[in-house]
Amino acid sequence: MLDDFMVRAALAGIGVAFAAAPLGCFVVWRRMAYFGDATAHAAILGVALSLAFSMSIFVGTMTVALLMALVVNVLSGRGYAMDTLLGVLAHSALAFGLVAVSFISGVRIDLMAYLFGDILAVSRVDLSVIWGGAAVVVALIGWRWSALLTSTLNEDLAYASGINPKREQLVLTIALAITVAVAIKVVGVLLIAAMLIIPAAAARPLSRTPEGMAVAAGLIGMLSAIIGLRAAYVFDTPAGPSIVCVAAVTFLATSVLRGFRHER
Amino acid sequence: MSLVQVEDLSVRYGARTVLSRVSLRVEPGEIVTIVGPNGSGKTSLLRAIIGAVKPFQGRVVRGSGVKIGYVPQKLHVDETLPITVSRFLKLPRGVAVADIDHALAQAGVPDLAKAQLSKLSGGQFQRVLLARALIGKPDLLLLDEATQGLDQRGSASFYQQIETVRQNTGCAVLMISHELHVVMSASDRVICLNGHVCCEGTPAVVASAPEYRALFGSGTGGALALYRHEHDHGHDHGDHNHDHSEAAE
Repeated sequence: MLDDFMVRAALAGIGVAFAAAPLGCFVVWRRMAYFGDATAHAAILGVALSLAFSMSIFVGTMTVALLMALVVNVLSGRGYAMDTLLGVLAHSALAFGLVAVSFISGVRIDLMAYLFGDILAVSRVDLSVIWGGAAVVVALIGWRWSALLTSTLNEDLAYASGINPKREQLVLTIALAITVAVAIKVVGVLLIAAMLIIPAAAARPLSRTPEGMAVAAGLIGMLSAIIGLRAAYVFDTPAGPSIVCVAAVTFLATSVLRGFRHER
Repeated sequence: MSLVQVEDLSVRYGARTVLSRVSLRVEPGEIVTIVGPNGSGKTSLLRAIIGAVKPFQGRVVRGSGVKIGYVPQKLHVDETLPITVSRFLKLPRGVAVADIDHALAQAGVPDLAKAQLSKLSGGQFQRVLLARALIGKPDLLLLDEATQGLDQRGSASFYQQIETVRQNTGCAVLMISHELHVVMSASDRVICLNGHVCCEGTPAVVASAPEYRALFGSGTGGALALYRHEHDHGHDHGDHNHDHSEAAE
């Protein structure tokens, strides 16, 4: 069964959607959308470094994504607005990454594959990395769920309950770095944030509890992966963007659904 | 023994000292109110007590086994986060449904368990926050300007609720309030804070202290007069609170 590249692609997409759903909910609730983007852009530098030092792409991107996240954590609240800081770091990391790639001679790399992903070329090894990473992310978020939710609602409430919101923020950051590293093959750097945010946003009108929203986001993400791949096959369109398009259409549908009963 | 004891506490944010050498204690069952101008470190004091800011100097000692319920100043729930009141009350550790109903009833909002948090009115929200603080059966309630954004009637009834809770559960209350007439009528003890403890004592003692008058001006006469009357009528005292244009809290 795993011999079929379409089956491998579908499993890869489902794996990413699985990890991105609960994480994406927190990204939406905490208004960290740009943070996901920034981490993803920095991953290109990771790709360049892994090629230069011939280590695995996964390790390289994850290291850079983690570093990026830690730097943002440390620098935030020191005289720059968060979006400025993220803008500076994300785009400089992307630029340095692109420059670094050009120095690597002898290796021909398909930059487009990293920018847009190449889900149809997912190997068995990739698949195990994706599912391994997804399992770690979901386990991490599941384990810290209540603490994360409390700190998302209010940091002082968290402190009063004996939770350190700074530590929970770090947990989210690490999960984000893993997700970016895992998803780079599937949807690419430019569309990772889409897989985080769109299914979660589409799930919002359907949900009454945070847990419900995470589950709904997971289902929407997985369905988008499956339908998107099918559409890519039928219409001969690029696979990663097709998945995101399906998710976006779902978002539109649930928003319209809500729009009328919820004026604001 | 005291529920909470603050000893010689100083708090700094960077180079700015917001609290210097503050000492206070709260005994079981009493209502202590902190008053002070904007930027006087009231919120920082409460945050130090819950452990959200580290003391630069001094320490905060909790009595052993003392449980604290905290009602924050304001809580903005993002529209993107769907959560019901009862789910909110279960955070971060699960609680029995009966306890949720009991806490909501104590806080005066028995019917809200299934409501969405983002749909509540200001008054309802504050009561839900109060219910959340009560759910762990605290020995000490901390309230940080819990009636901000409520109208006079709303805040008067909120403070009545606090009084009722105190009577029923015997918990102590340490609160920050801007509403001097309420403070003066409902507190056992008042602490006037302006970076340091200016003066403290019973409401009558504090209201006549020169330090307090220097901070709050002649308006205190009205507050004191009200203290001697009942606390539940609707005089408008305007804003006694001189804005000292220091950095925001």
